[in-house]
Amino acid sequence: MLPATEEKNLKMFAARIRLETLKELKSMGFGHVGGCMSIVETIAVLYGSIMKIDPQCPGWKDRDWLVLSKGHAGPTLYATLALKGYFPMEELKTLNRPYTNLPSHCDRNKTPGVDMTTGSLGQGISAAIGIALGNRLDGRDSFTYLVLGDGECDEGQVWEGALFAAHHKVDNLIAFIDYNKQQLDGYTKDILDLGNLADKFSCFGWHANEVNGHCVKEIFYAIKEAKKVTGAPSVIVLHTEKGKGCSFAEGILNNHHMNFTEQQIDEAINNVQRFLEKQTL
Amino acid sequence: MAVMQNVKIVQAKDNVEEKVMMRDVYCQTLLELAAKDERITVLDADLMNSMGMIPFQKAFPHRTFNCGVQEANMIGIASGLSAVGKVPFAHSFGPFATRRCFDQVFLSAAYAKLNIRIIGSDPGITAAYNGGTHMPFEDMGIMRNIPTMTVIEPVDTSMLRDIITQLSDLYGVYYIRLLRKNPIKIFESGSNFELGKAITLNQGKDVTVIATGIMVAEAMQAAKKLALEGISTRVINMFTLKPIDKEAIIQCAQETKAIVTAENHNIINGLGSAVAEVLAENCPVPMERIGCQDLFGEVGPEDYLKTRFSMTSDDICNKVFRVLDRKT
Repeated sequence: MLPATEEKNLKMFAARIRLETLKELKSMGFGHVGGCMSIVETIAVLYGSIMKIDPQCPGWKDRDWLVLSKGHAGPTLYATLALKGYFPMEELKTLNRPYTNLPSHCDRNKTPGVDMTTGSLGQGISAAIGIALGNRLDGRDSFTYLVLGDGECDEGQVWEGALFAAHHKVDNLIAFIDYNKQQLDGYTKDILDLGNLADKFSCFGWHANEVNGHCVKEIFYAIKEAKKVTGAPSVIVLHTEKGKGCSFAEGILNNHHMNFTEQQIDEAINNVQRFLEKQTL
Repeated sequence: MAVMQNVKIVQAKDNVEEKVMMRDVYCQTLLELAAKDERITVLDADLMNSMGMIPFQKAFPHRTFNCGVQEANMIGIASGLSAVGKVPFAHSFGPFATRRCFDQVFLSAAYAKLNIRIIGSDPGITAAYNGGTHMPFEDMGIMRNIPTMTVIEPVDTSMLRDIITQLSDLYGVYYIRLLRKNPIKIFESGSNFELGKAITLNQGKDVTVIATGIMVAEAMQAAKKLALEGISTRVINMFTLKPIDKEAIIQCAQETKAIVTAENHNIINGLGSAVAEVLAENCPVPMERIGCQDLFGEVGPEDYLKTRFSMTSDDICNKVFRVLDRKT
């Protein structure tokens, strides 16, 4: 069950992640805005409620793992990890600066709490399977969560992993696909049509579900259900909007990696802040 | 690089074909290691039969992952397994273990600073009847391009057994170029080797032949033939291509003032290139390179291919004559 107060907390956490991600991106004046925004609610539910983690001990062996295979959404994960106390909030200002621990794409050797290095699309699924298999071999009761981009699903390796995980019944693996329907060069239906992703994974032998990827309640229940599945990996297809909740990015086409003005980002930040203030009242 | 406490190298008296296959020693060694070390896991891409790894699969079914024909996924899974403390050995034929999954080896394994061993079998002309599509003359070069990568070509079963044993306790990303068949015996069993440290097999003062893999035996034969001509040939086994033993190369260049490299690989980006880099920067001396001269592989018996790609002991002798002509 997700009590109303808990649901509200998750919405607030998502808004804080969105706010801190925008502030992070502001410092450089450009970044992967679209894909950072579309995945906010899922990351909020995972780190706000679902995952077994210890921010004081990022390498805790019995923790749950997250492989952010769409590594360009790193800034969203960094904001989340900072909010959870993995490292000081101040550090978020160093995004993409020389000597930073927060590079554009996720790096397990730089950022406390980042479990896998990603950035070359398609590779995270295999690493996540390996992590899940290893934990299963050692009898650990932990889950590996995997976040794939929709454009990323163009990669053949994703489908290699999909075959493998089903064959080996990797049921401690739960994947999400951020199906915001856009990739760098345009709409996925125009570049390389992905069709019904849930059906595709289902045909591969996965337990598949589809939710509104901006509804924390739907995400929460889908994960709870996926955790109960035995004998098959699970995928949750997130129907999302690229750039969600960021006034200058939402609803436009070229928002994968974008430049923005200070005025634009300040307006986006103010919008999220106003939302948060309303919730607190 | 681990510092070996007990380097003990006993050279074989005669370089004759061994009775056992490299693949069987690989399997046997892993069986012994896995019995003591539960971290060891084995991955393959539908070549477990070819690699003779069925006994391992039978003994340790839960630690064996036959990925099907999925080299990219296999390397990623091996990387993930190592992230949770496993010690994976992942095999495919050389071309598929390297060029097919370069990006996965680069990013998921090496860049991520994870801990995997990649076994690429059937080096160069030993791919024989599988032909040019399966004949890796580029595998070591591809792997050598990746920072932190260690590239090793064990020359016989004694070295293979020792190297695999060492690798089970080391951390990093390793490419092991592995002949599957019966090798020519170079070392007595029980020898211990130091990674990154070249081995002098034959003393000599006129020229040095630096060889790796199946070319070591050819180089030893060439040295015998050259001795009849009054040429004193030093033979070095450079079994670790990366990190390469710079000191050994410089010392050979200073003492013999002429170098020939011999490899079952493209002379571009393999041993020839690696040695040339060291020489050019430190001690330039005349040098010649034996190996595939930037050509694609072909189908046929190994003997034919050895001649086709000018990799016989006579070819080595000819390069030695040439390099000696250039020596002032």
